[in-house]
Amino acid sequence: MNCREALEFLAAYVADELEAGVRATFEKHLAVCPDCVHYLANYRATISAVSQSCRNPHMPADHELPEDLVRAILNARIGGSSQDE
Amino acid sequence: MTQDAKVEDELALVALLRAGDAAAYERVLRVYGSRLLTTARRLVGNEEDARDAFQDALLSAFRSIDSFQNGSSVYTWLYRITVNASLMRLRSRSRKKECQLESLLPCFLEDGHQANPCPRWAESADLACEREETRSFVREAIDSLPETHRTVLLLRDIEELSTAETADLLGVEVGVVKTRLHRARQALRTLLDPIFDPRNE
Repeated sequence: MNCREALEFLAAYVADELEAGVRATFEKHLAVCPDCVHYLANYRATISAVSQSCRNPHMPADHELPEDLVRAILNARIGGSSQDE
Repeated sequence: MTQDAKVEDELALVALLRAGDAAAYERVLRVYGSRLLTTARRLVGNEEDARDAFQDALLSAFRSIDSFQNGSSVYTWLYRITVNASLMRLRSRSRKKECQLESLLPCFLEDGHQANPCPRWAESADLACEREETRSFVREAIDSLPETHRTVLLLRDIEELSTAETADLLGVEVGVVKTRLHRARQALRTLLDPIFDPRNE
């Protein structure tokens, strides 16, 4: 397996979905290829950065449903198209 | 509560909605609203657009209550509508030019080895995401991905839907979801070099 082939298996590898034989071949490549080891580490860090990117201190806590929004929706439903804009 | 009781409950709720019962609409908002608004917030990335998407979604759902299929889950039905409204809001938002995906993917030599091996990121890449500045850089990088790829990345890596759920929601094949997710992550990896490559510090 070379880098070109190895990098195609990354998503399945990090999701632990690689079939045992392919996984062994993939890991054998990693053992001799520091470039792919770095790539894999960065790939994992990218996934982690994405999942953390939606944390936003300027947004209210998850459990909060603003009362004005509830009212706006209920009023708009009754009023049809006459929304409060 | 047993599964049967839940279904019974949902059927009763839907019947009330169809009958135009105002209290039932309020109940739907109070029971499911905060989870759905959270989804909209995660997908569109700012409070104002999230509120708009959420409101669009709920009003559109309420208008089309007749199309709700008995036996399906009210939450799942509202969730899909909210995701679609959020994606639509993202699309309509004026955005900077989308990046060229191909130019951000790894290149290889003739023997298949990486042509330009990526820099080794700082060990602290994860820690850096504690900073709001880093998170907003990441968010902007995500926003610059081509829409087809960005959508899959958001649903898989932020909403944490499965490959099958994502494929179903977007109406594409499972294989397409897998490829787009991998390419989106690879392109993003390149886009994140400026903040995570320790040589830039």
